[in-house]
Amino acid sequence: MEIGDFYDREYGRILATLIRLVRDFDLAEESVQDAFAAALEQWPAEGAPRNPAAWIVSTARHKAVDRLRRRALLDKRRGEIESLARLDLERAEDVAEPEDCLRLIFTCCHPALAPEAQVALTLRKAKIRDARIPYRVPEGADYAERLDAVLAVVYLVFNEGYTASFGERLVRAELCAEAIRLARMLVELLPASTEARGLLALMLLHDARREARVDANGDLVRLEDQDRSRWDRARIAEGIALVEAALRGRPPGPYAVQAAIAAVHAEATDAAATDWRQIAALYSVLLRLQPTPVIELNHAVAVSMADGPEHGLRILDRLEAREELATYHLFRVARAELLLRLGRPAEAAQEYERALGLAANESERRHIHKRLAELPSGS
Amino acid sequence: MRYICLIYDDESTFAKMSEAEGAKVMQEYMQFTDGIVKSGHHRAGDPLQPSTTATTIRTKNGKVVTTDGPFVETKEQLGGFYIVEAANLDEALKIAGRIPSVRYGGAIEVRPIMEIPRAR
Repeated sequence: MEIGDFYDREYGRILATLIRLVRDFDLAEESVQDAFAAALEQWPAEGAPRNPAAWIVSTARHKAVDRLRRRALLDKRRGEIESLARLDLERAEDVAEPEDCLRLIFTCCHPALAPEAQVALTLRKAKIRDARIPYRVPEGADYAERLDAVLAVVYLVFNEGYTASFGERLVRAELCAEAIRLARMLVELLPASTEARGLLALMLLHDARREARVDANGDLVRLEDQDRSRWDRARIAEGIALVEAALRGRPPGPYAVQAAIAAVHAEATDAAATDWRQIAALYSVLLRLQPTPVIELNHAVAVSMADGPEHGLRILDRLEAREELATYHLFRVARAELLLRLGRPAEAAQEYERALGLAANESERRHIHKRLAELPSGS
Repeated sequence: MRYICLIYDDESTFAKMSEAEGAKVMQEYMQFTDGIVKSGHHRAGDPLQPSTTATTIRTKNGKVVTTDGPFVETKEQLGGFYIVEAANLDEALKIAGRIPSVRYGGAIEVRPIMEIPRAR
């Protein structure tokens, strides 16, 4: 067995278990590192244990006891000795419980922690310890609210991977994979949550298109131009099956509806076969659940495909009048495309120019340059 | 673990109240305090005189300087505090959420108290 792969796969789960056992983020992290260091020494020589995760948890627990004992010698604080006694006496089950991961994720999404810090666990560790944020999955009304925050963070991780907000690389696949792994775990542990299913479905369906979304130069390829033979059919099938389960929520939640939209795209054999009428209908459902300008923008694009560009443009102009997306480059791009379809290339060029002034991702900028260059001459 | 709940109010809210309204707020505070005394969470707590009575001391160019008024001029001023005993932040937040000022546009800052062992 490759210890490196094992580490990548199991580290989070094992750390979460140790945090439960030792109730100290720093101590847990140090002890798990110690245990992996011990594994690197022993496993190649003596062979990997039958249950490697249990071995690491058990070794890490012993390392934690050692560390506490050393600390207690230096500093005879009563609390430390008490927790040492508890750890020694407790016949702890040395198994990584899946609930431990859940506890960790829910704790990290506590409303007392700043949302901008919610992706980086290390930043939150000090406050979790010092303010004593309880290490648990909350109950009752708090649970529903916290689950929303948990799903939002997972989706944030995915989106940062799917379209990196800065830098030269458009896609960071490792972040997408991590978000999907977390969502799979949530679906497994929270079978009653249709929104967890919806989110997993949504991410699988987006991720299925990842390879076709970027060309050899690392540039963005629009949905209608993508080589659909490069879409990951297994992921699509898994996503569609999950959408059906997710839509059974009463009422269906926003992730389920977004996943349903992605599923309609995935089911079309080519761009022309896309059922735009259904997509426009799903966007109007979504708009009722989440009345945001970005969803209105997507609704406008779907309407323009189902009913004609002039209908889409009317919605965009209403949005523009409210000045809500004026500085959003994709709004400018969408408006440019509709103007082009309406035979107004000069105005389209102006919109592309404005989009260039707003887009920060290099790959997206190259795409806009390309569209500009393709405009009919004389504009 | 002890937490301090610092109560920040817009002082003008209370200044503008009628006598009856002011008495009602006072009554709510007394009920709240009695409640957390009975439940065993209360460790300390008092209202403060208005911020116009505040004096701030700091060092300027190596000299201790005394100035009139609170440390910072903001709309919300420290109006009082509680120290409560709670098992964790969630419990402390639940208690702080019941402080009457929350319902009158005030804000409560909840901070864990750093426990320093003292020789007796």
